[in-house]
Amino acid sequence: MADIALDSRAARRPVRDASAWDRLKVNRDWLAVWFMLPAMAFLILFLAYPLGLGIWISFTDAKIGRPGEYIGFENYEWLWEDSIFWLSVFNTLLYTFVASAIKFAVGLYLALLLNENMPFKAILRALVLIPFIVPTVLSALAFWWIFDAQFSIISWSLRHLDLITENINFLGDVNWARGCVIFANIWRGVPFVAITLLAGLQTVQPSLYEAATIDGATKWQMFRHITYPLLTPIIAVVMTFSVLFTFTDFQLIWAMTRGGPVNATHLMATLSYQRAIIAGQLGEGAAISSAMIPFLLAAIMVSWFGLQRRKWQHGEAND
Amino acid sequence: MASVTIRDVKKAFGSTQVIHGVTVSIDDGEFVVLVGPSGCGKSTLLRMIAGLENITGGEIRIGERVVNNVPPKERDIAMVFQNYALYPHMTVAANMAFSLKLRGAPKAETDERVNRAADILGLKPLLERFPRQLSGGQRQRVAMGRAIVRDPQVFLFDEPLSNLDAKLRVAMRTEIKELHQRLKTTTVYVTHDQIEAMTMADKIVVMHDGIVEQIGTPLDLYDKPENQFVAGFIGSPAMNFLKGQIKANGSAGFTGPNGVRLPLQAAPTNSEGRPAVYGIRPEHFTIADDGAEAEIVVVEPTGSETQVFAKLGGEEVVAVFRERHKFEPGDKVRLKPDPALVHLFDEQTGKRLNA
Ligand SMILES: Nc1ncnc2c1ncn2[C@@H]1O[C@H](COP(=O)(O)OP(=O)(O)O)[C@@H](O)[C@H]1O
Ligand SMILES: [Mg+2]
Repeated sequence: MADIALDSRAARRPVRDASAWDRLKVNRDWLAVWFMLPAMAFLILFLAYPLGLGIWISFTDAKIGRPGEYIGFENYEWLWEDSIFWLSVFNTLLYTFVASAIKFAVGLYLALLLNENMPFKAILRALVLIPFIVPTVLSALAFWWIFDAQFSIISWSLRHLDLITENINFLGDVNWARGCVIFANIWRGVPFVAITLLAGLQTVQPSLYEAATIDGATKWQMFRHITYPLLTPIIAVVMTFSVLFTFTDFQLIWAMTRGGPVNATHLMATLSYQRAIIAGQLGEGAAISSAMIPFLLAAIMVSWFGLQRRKWQHGEAND
Repeated sequence: MASVTIRDVKKAFGSTQVIHGVTVSIDDGEFVVLVGPSGCGKSTLLRMIAGLENITGGEIRIGERVVNNVPPKERDIAMVFQNYALYPHMTVAANMAFSLKLRGAPKAETDERVNRAADILGLKPLLERFPRQLSGGQRQRVAMGRAIVRDPQVFLFDEPLSNLDAKLRVAMRTEIKELHQRLKTTTVYVTHDQIEAMTMADKIVVMHDGIVEQIGTPLDLYDKPENQFVAGFIGSPAMNFLKGQIKANGSAGFTGPNGVRLPLQAAPTNSEGRPAVYGIRPEHFTIADDGAEAEIVVVEPTGSETQVFAKLGGEEVVAVFRERHKFEPGDKVRLKPDPALVHLFDEQTGKRLNA
């Protein structure tokens, strides 16, 4: 900065003609580039480099402790034939789709509820955040215990109510296990959706609801014709993030099931970790991770179109 | 269309009483303005008529029907909000059609009504725009269009012009008045601006701290304010008030601050020596040889008239002249109140004393 200020003073001095470099240093359009440089350096160092490295490794036969050599698409060809890989793709899509949809529905419902006037509003809002605050591994361990084959509190309660005769094998049965990890993910993800949507709800002018009341709208019509359309930009943001986080989820699964039983809950992220770090096949693991990129890009594209400023958002502000 | 009857209406928010028993009757087709300083409860009263606030005490009727417990949508009223409250994600046409759409009106009827309202308000070229793409005045018009389309029993306006610039405000004032003359829908209009009230109203209700100070036609309020509050609130520049005593014996008069002698046409009965407030509007001063001596402090010409601030008996007063005097600060002039247009108020209660 000091550099720029000094040089602009120097440039005004007619003693010597400013060189192209001098002019570049004070040019208004280039100024932006100078200011962005530090941020760009960080992004390149901490985001682009690891990403590039990961993709590069996926084209090698690197193992832990051995750099590996370029082998082209061989890792991907292997994966194409690998039924476990395809199972993990299916699991990831199922996990992401079901969990995100339910998180959206429950989150929106909670946000609408918390936006109403009611006693202890502040406390209730804080309570909703709890699942979000607890460290993932801790809550995963809690769920692991809750869903334990022998000591599950759910099984215990149901048995005492005479609803079942044997413990449910929550994490040992394919469908139960999938249901349980999805449930845990929803439990963790709902606060984020609910609180963000609540913030969005609070930006809607109260007088719009009054106008709608006078126009004769019922509660449902107000939601349908005013709240929901005004909330769509925020919904697009929050659901993009929710989908990205869910798709790349690792901790919950690893702490609860490690991908079992028989790979029924293996997500692409957990499979990649297992192949790369546990089994030491870095190249193959990197290929699995890289295979997530097209899916993530697709999700981002969808939200990109969802996020575009709607026509009604153009122009001067309304107030 | 319908009349609106407000009888002894009270409103409390929790333990805070903000409206203390207001009674107003509004005739069918009348244009009534609720005016008063900010925070006096005008909006609250209007919102009770609309049904947006419930009524703590008393009774509101629209037509013959008591509406205390009738939900807003069944009251058949339309309201224009101060910030317009246009739906930002709907076009002008959709904003205006919204209530009809909710009601399930046929498309042809909706279009026809929207078009008619757009015609009246000159909104035809803007129908496909969004609120953000409109100027303040245009938004204001859309808000009115939304009300007109409903064809309601009563229009309610809450400070609809206060977000507009001065020039547009004057133009819209006329437009709203014309609209009322054309549609003849009963209208309740809230404003804090006494000029708006004076120019638009058939009947003005002056409110202050949750009570009604006076109800009357604009000229009633100007000519015969019932108390000092109304006298000071209506008229611009505001009425001058001078404290002193009434002189009733012999020829009537008033002894103002520092013994200044002020003329009075007639003293109220039994009022010799009674302490009172002498009220005279700035436009009711003349320059005359038998006037009271005053020293000019500031002169403010506006072109059509000149406002003169002067010290009269040590008190600052304002006088307005249409004729052009050559005054300079420091000049001594003789200001004479027109005795026929003097107002006398009780010093304690502020009640009007003279007829
Ligand atoms: N929802 C509310 N809760 C508590 N007090 C309120 C509420 N609305 C208005 N008031 C109070 O009622 C009084 C009248 O308000 P209002 O009718 O808005 O005045 P105005 O004449 O300026 O329109 C004010 O003192 C205001 O603080
Ligand atoms: Mg108000």
